[in-house]
Amino acid sequence: MSDTHAHSVAFVRTQDVPMAPPPSNAAGPAKWVKDNLFATPLNGLLTLVALYFIYAILSSALPWILGGIWNAPSLAACRDILDGASAACFAVLSERWNQLLFGFQYPDDQYWRPGLAFILLFIAAAPVLFFDLPRKLLAFTAIYPFVAYYLLWGGTIFVPILALVGVAGGFMVYQRLVAGSFAAGFFGGIAAAFVIWIIGGWLIPDDASANAMLPAVPSRYMGGFMLNMMLGVTCVSLSVPIGIALALGRQSSMPLIKWICVIFIEFIRGVPLITLLFVANVMLAYFFPPGSGVDLFLRVVIMITMFSAAYIAEVIRGGLAALPKGQYEAADSLGLDYPQAMRLIILPQALKISIPGIVNVAVGLFKDTTLVSVISMFDLVGMIRGPILASTEWNGVYWELFGFAALLFFIVCYGISQYSQWLERRLATDHR
Amino acid sequence: MAEHATQMQVSDEIAITINKMNKWYGTFHVLRDIDLTVNRGERIVICGPSGSGKSTLIRCINALEEHQQGTIEVDGTLLSSDLKNIDKIRSEVGMCFQHFNLFPHLTILENCTLAPIWVRKTPKKEAEETAMHFLEKVKIPDQAMKYPGQLSGGQQQRVAIARSLCMRPRIMLFDEPTSALDPEMIKEVLDTMIELAEEGMTMLCVTHEMGFARQVANRVIFMDAGQIVEQNEPEEFFNNPQSPRTQLFLSQILGH
Repeated sequence: MSDTHAHSVAFVRTQDVPMAPPPSNAAGPAKWVKDNLFATPLNGLLTLVALYFIYAILSSALPWILGGIWNAPSLAACRDILDGASAACFAVLSERWNQLLFGFQYPDDQYWRPGLAFILLFIAAAPVLFFDLPRKLLAFTAIYPFVAYYLLWGGTIFVPILALVGVAGGFMVYQRLVAGSFAAGFFGGIAAAFVIWIIGGWLIPDDASANAMLPAVPSRYMGGFMLNMMLGVTCVSLSVPIGIALALGRQSSMPLIKWICVIFIEFIRGVPLITLLFVANVMLAYFFPPGSGVDLFLRVVIMITMFSAAYIAEVIRGGLAALPKGQYEAADSLGLDYPQAMRLIILPQALKISIPGIVNVAVGLFKDTTLVSVISMFDLVGMIRGPILASTEWNGVYWELFGFAALLFFIVCYGISQYSQWLERRLATDHR
Repeated sequence: MAEHATQMQVSDEIAITINKMNKWYGTFHVLRDIDLTVNRGERIVICGPSGSGKSTLIRCINALEEHQQGTIEVDGTLLSSDLKNIDKIRSEVGMCFQHFNLFPHLTILENCTLAPIWVRKTPKKEAEETAMHFLEKVKIPDQAMKYPGQLSGGQQQRVAIARSLCMRPRIMLFDEPTSALDPEMIKEVLDTMIELAEEGMTMLCVTHEMGFARQVANRVIFMDAGQIVEQNEPEEFFNNPQSPRTQLFLSQILGH
């Protein structure tokens, strides 16, 4: 048919006519500017006002930042170099860099230890955060807490090994008993771990730390941004599982468990974190056996973890409440028992709904770690307010130091927020 | 077809016995003195006005609802508050819901293999083969890797049936399986249920599909105000209802 057509018609175009470009006012940057910046007279006016403000801020901030001095021994020297010009004195950052990151008491020649622990943190966190990675990497995640403890605190290697053996032993007892009942496995596992720790505690000689490969560093020497990271990472990773347990406990049909969880959550949420930190600093020692000398770092971790666990529990409870009742019924009708239904059906969905809320709490918690500065722990803010601003060299350098602190926290918190958005997209299966 | 269906074998073996069962929601008496015996291979359709307790009745059979008086015995296991018995009964009794209740975070295949793997401890490969077998049976094997949200309502309900069948249940409960579906999808679900009935599955269906009842059921039960008012073979039930309440109900749903 096409043949006859081609012969009988004088001209048949064999190629498509190329598409004509749209008029310049219907596409391209000109259209974008018109639609978004100058759509109406008011819109145009606001655009101009906004541009003026951006110009005003940048024109004074950029010279201040770009003209900053990076090399000077003190604020006075800095001012001499500037000679009346207005510019930043970032020299305080370069001069006190190690103090800002590690605190002022951590031994200078041991800075590689927290540095290494920080790098290993990424390797340990990767398989948890990105579940497409091979599952075998989780083995490293499991031993990371012990490795990190050994790197940061040093001392005898028997302590982290004993802790690891205790956890492993507890886990084995749990697996042996859990077939019978979950409660038996849970409490049996905890009991087994404690037995191992106590017996092991007797076996480790008191002077084991004396000639340790890594010299022991006491907790009160920890400081700077390292302390914020240590508190943030430990407390977030502990408070998520505890928060899940509290949320499930609050829904429990067993009144005792339910009321313990409700009272815990409501009490903790009703008390300011700063109060809890003072309690950790002063009063918590009364709750431990005399002479046990539980570390201030550990006491603070306990308090911050309890605080954020209560908030996370409420966020997850919201996620649980958002699930249709049919999901519980479908899981029940298939014969799944309670732990299976929770683990396989309910929690994956409830946690997915709760991601924005959990991340909100995690980001807030990470920033709240700076509150430890009021109980005389020298975290990043504590270092700035204490040793650095109080020194004769750097008295009066506020913008540069607090700007730096803000930048560090912003980088971490923005990273967490971006991760959570990626996670939400990755888990989306509803195809709306 | 109808002839064929009613000729299907009903054995003398008893599948479910319900004896003087009563249930209250708070002070509201939902189910009153229910007595019901279901033989293996029976296809029972339960109908009645809304609020008559028909859904509650079949939900009591797999303990999604708790009854307060009387006994329920499923496959020789007495339904009590003992969790072991409840789990045993639930793994023998399949259920399809009005709103499908597929697990939206799992693929169709995972929906079907989850319970066999975790409850029956079937090896994953075997569970997947079984799942594909039943997905083929409900005619959607090509959707196995999709998520429930990507399927139509009728397809979702057929997946829900396949998911229940993967546990190889001896009894199937259907709680208004077609009520949430668009009209053109009702048939595909009913066809699947008819096929299942022809294979001799013991079925209890709460439904308003009277065509299905005529074609498949060997007994129709009419419930009102928490009581079983009347039960009979479908022909007798539809042509010669005894109780005035049944007559009124049938005139309302068949009248238009």
